[in-house]
Amino acid sequence: MSTASAHPRAPAWDGAGTHRIPFAVYTGDELHRRELERFFYRGHWCYVGLEAEVPNPGDFKRTVVGERSVILVRDADGELHVLENVCAHRGMQFCRQRHGNRKEFICPYHQWSYTLGGDLQGVPLRRGVRQEGVVKGGMPAEFDPRSHGLTKLKVARRGGVVFASFDPEVESFEDYLGPTILHYFDRLFDGRKLVLLGYNRQRIPGNWKLMQENIKDPYHPGLLHTWFVTFGLWRADNKSELKMDRHHRHAAMISTRGNAGKASDVSAVSSFKADMKLHDPSFLDIVPEPWWGGPSAVMTTIFPSVILQQQVNSVSVRHIQPDGPGAFNFEWTHFGFADDDAAMTERRLRQANLFGPAGFVSADDGEVIELSQAAFESKEGGSALALLGGREVGDTDHMITETLIRGMYRYWREVMERP
Amino acid sequence: MSPIAELIALQADYAAAVDGADWDAWVALFTEDGVYRLVPRENHERGLPLATLAFAGEGMLKDRAYAIRETLFHDPYYQRHVVGLPRLLRHEGSGDAERIETETHYAVFRTKLNGPSTVFNVGRYLDTVVRRAGALRLARRLVVYDSEMIPNSIIYPI
Repeated sequence: MSTASAHPRAPAWDGAGTHRIPFAVYTGDELHRRELERFFYRGHWCYVGLEAEVPNPGDFKRTVVGERSVILVRDADGELHVLENVCAHRGMQFCRQRHGNRKEFICPYHQWSYTLGGDLQGVPLRRGVRQEGVVKGGMPAEFDPRSHGLTKLKVARRGGVVFASFDPEVESFEDYLGPTILHYFDRLFDGRKLVLLGYNRQRIPGNWKLMQENIKDPYHPGLLHTWFVTFGLWRADNKSELKMDRHHRHAAMISTRGNAGKASDVSAVSSFKADMKLHDPSFLDIVPEPWWGGPSAVMTTIFPSVILQQQVNSVSVRHIQPDGPGAFNFEWTHFGFADDDAAMTERRLRQANLFGPAGFVSADDGEVIELSQAAFESKEGGSALALLGGREVGDTDHMITETLIRGMYRYWREVMERP
Repeated sequence: MSPIAELIALQADYAAAVDGADWDAWVALFTEDGVYRLVPRENHERGLPLATLAFAGEGMLKDRAYAIRETLFHDPYYQRHVVGLPRLLRHEGSGDAERIETETHYAVFRTKLNGPSTVFNVGRYLDTVVRRAGALRLARRLVVYDSEMIPNSIIYPI
């Protein structure tokens, strides 16, 4: 490939296909910085939070878009703003609290103050100091506070979820998701008020894309995760669909629980335990909810920054926060709905034991990602295979395929191989 | 033994169980309806109900023990607890009605097979301890950890 010869460290793909993924896409600072620029900072929407995290005027939450620190804040009129946490003066990341309530933002270094909308409102000693009748120092007369506000991101809100973009030219959030993925977004965030249940955070020493791939890979859950296959929560013979947007960057894995404990082709794996019984079955006290409309699990990947989880009664958003090519912070925000009764809230919290950094199911995922990354960094020129279901990219009515991973890399190549 | 000596012995037995991978002994240190909650400090202080692990009753504890042995895939590691002295918050009743509340700091180090020992998780235990058949048992262990950014995963109980 021309890019390979022009640039020896560029990933060497196998022709136009994406069924063989060079290890080089997961390593290297230069490529990582290009990903941040092209996926996180330009032309894409990134997740920043739930409106339920900032319910009142003045409430803020510090988070990130890509690797850049930002603040989600609700102003006195209830409007939401997303501001870059970089003082316009000396660049300091002035906001250190992770959440709180403010009337304004003040950078401690030189006390520059900003409105909750990010406008510069106060510069100490702007007009200098009068000494013996003479004004000394201060900002030049032409200094215009209006051109020294915080960087303001474009904001999209839908169904109680907030996304932001550094790119003022980014398409609408709805166009960004496309109708297919928007449908699954709206299924979960259908306008009901959300209730924040809490956070889990983990630092996974692996490339950020591996988490997107993990949730675009319906092959592993019924194999790696004993609980999924044994209790029928996710197994290859469940009724399933895989769907993508037209760019193949986002995806939904849709599955309906069944076949718990049953022997078949899929139970002939070592992780299936026919005789496994829970001492306390209430971990799996599953109560179908009307909004499911059938599927008991829908895992939606919104490229590049977030995963929307519905696994039976447990719902969460999982925020992917890259930190260099070899690690990302992974923040889980579990929530419920304002119309949940106490038993449903308790159920969601109990089922949360399956997920997160210590979960009966999800703890495995971080571990396998770490061990993949270890190989990527040590074996130069290696590649990973995503050949299940062929070399094509397209929606399917089964889950015995890696089509979603191939789709994501088709999109990745389109964007990354542009000059 | 004085109550404080008994409490120290309970803490020592707990650390020995979870560092020695004796998960049955871990379960046995709780009462039948014992509660184990592992909670990031942020959720605890903000009154958010989500736990990283939340078990109520012996059955759930046994399910975790089974999962560690049989179902969770993870990179192998040792863990080592260094547990501080229990601070007595409350002590009431006697015999079967005895009830003690304590707060105890801890630090857990993790050692992977080919790596250095690193600080894995630090925090405090907020315990409710009761007497069962003469011995002190945990009716409730709330583990509030400062190390909110978990180094990948937590498999074994803290």
